Amino acid sequence: MPQENNLSDTNTKATMANLINDDMDFEIRSLDSMCINDSQQQHPWWYNFKYLTIGIVFGIVFVKAEIISWFRIQEMFRLQSFHMFGVIGTAVVVGMISVWLIKKFSIKTIHGESISFHPKKFNKGQVYGGLLFGMGWALTGACPGPLFAQIGTGALVISVVLASAIAGTWVYGYFRERLPH
Amino acid sequence: MMEFLKQPWTWYVAGAIIGLIVPALLIFGNKHFGISSNMRHICAACFPANIAYFKYNWKKEIWNFFFVGGVIIGAMIATVLLNNDSPIQVNQHLASDLTGYGITDFSGMVPKQLFSFESLFTLRGFIMMVIGGFLVGFGTRYAGGCTSGHSIMGLSNLQVPSFIATCCFMAGGFIMANLILPFILRL
Repeated sequence: MPQENNLSDTNTKATMANLINDDMDFEIRSLDSMCINDSQQQHPWWYNFKYLTIGIVFGIVFVKAEIISWFRIQEMFRLQSFHMFGVIGTAVVVGMISVWLIKKFSIKTIHGESISFHPKKFNKGQVYGGLLFGMGWALTGACPGPLFAQIGTGALVISVVLASAIAGTWVYGYFRERLPH
Repeated sequence: MMEFLKQPWTWYVAGAIIGLIVPALLIFGNKHFGISSNMRHICAACFPANIAYFKYNWKKEIWNFFFVGGVIIGAMIATVLLNNDSPIQVNQHLASDLTGYGITDFSGMVPKQLFSFESLFTLRGFIMMVIGGFLVGFGTRYAGGCTSGHSIMGLSNLQVPSFIATCCFMAGGFIMANLILPFILRL
C-alpha cells in the first residue's frame, strides 16, 4: 500500500492510530489494544525470532499439558476435571505477579524501552462476543492459540476451522459499526 | 530427562510457563500477550477490502506472526520428539457420554471421529468445525481478545473488562457444552 511507504519510523505509531481511529464512533484502540505493538523502536526483521522462540515454548506446553485437547476442554466445561482451571489459574497468578513486579520496579525491555500498559474500557462486545467465542471454544475445543497448535500436531483438518475463524474475524470487521458495542 | 519431558505435564508447571510468557513478551520488546489478533492481521494483510477495521499498518504486527509460527513449530516438536504413546486419560463420565454418541477413539488431541475431512461434509462435522471456527473468530474480535489476550494478559493487568469477558467465555462454553452440544453430537 502506497501510504505505508510514506511512514517514517517515528510517526508510524501515530499514523497507525489515526488509520484505526478514523471514522469511528468509539475508540478502537481501547477496545482492541491487546495485541497491538506498543514498541516505538524499529529493529531488523530477524529480531522477531525472539518471539518465535517464545512461541515454540508455548506450543510445546500446549501439547504436553494437553491444553489443546478437545477432551480436556469438554471436561473443563462439564466441571469434570480441575486441569484446565489449574492451568489458567496458575497462568493468571504468575502473570499478575510478573506485571506487578514490572510496574513496581519500572522494569524496561531488553532494548531499554519503558513497558507500557493500557486500561481497557468496558463495552457490550465483551459480553456478546465473549458468549459467542465461549460457544465456539466448546464446539471446536480450541481457542485461537490451540487452533494453530492442533495444526502443528498434524491435525490438518483444523486448518478448515482456522480458515473459518479468519472468515469470522473478517465478517466481524465488515459488520463492526452495525453491531452493539 | 527426555522421559521426564515426555510425560503429560501437570497443570501448575504448564500454568507457570504460560504465565511467564506475559513478562517474557513485555521484556523482550514491549509486546502484549495475545493470539487472536493474528487473525485480524491476516485479514488486514490479505483481504482488507477497504474495511476501516482492517486498514492499519499490519506490518508493524509481524512479531505476532512469528509468535504464532513458533506455536506451530513447538506443537510439531512436542508431537515428534516428546510424544508418549499412551492415550489421553479422559474422565469416565465424559468417556461414557461420548461413547453414547459413537465417539470411541480418544487417542488424538482432537477426536478423529468428529474432526476429519470426511466428517466435514456431515451436518455434525460442519457445525463443529465450520460454525465453531466462525464463532471463535467472530467472538474473539467482538470481545476484543481471546483466552490469551483477555483471560491471561488482561487479568494479569487487573482489567475489569477482561474479567467480564472471561466470565462470558466460560458462560458461553458451559451453555454450549452442557445444553447445546448434546443435540449436535446426536446428529
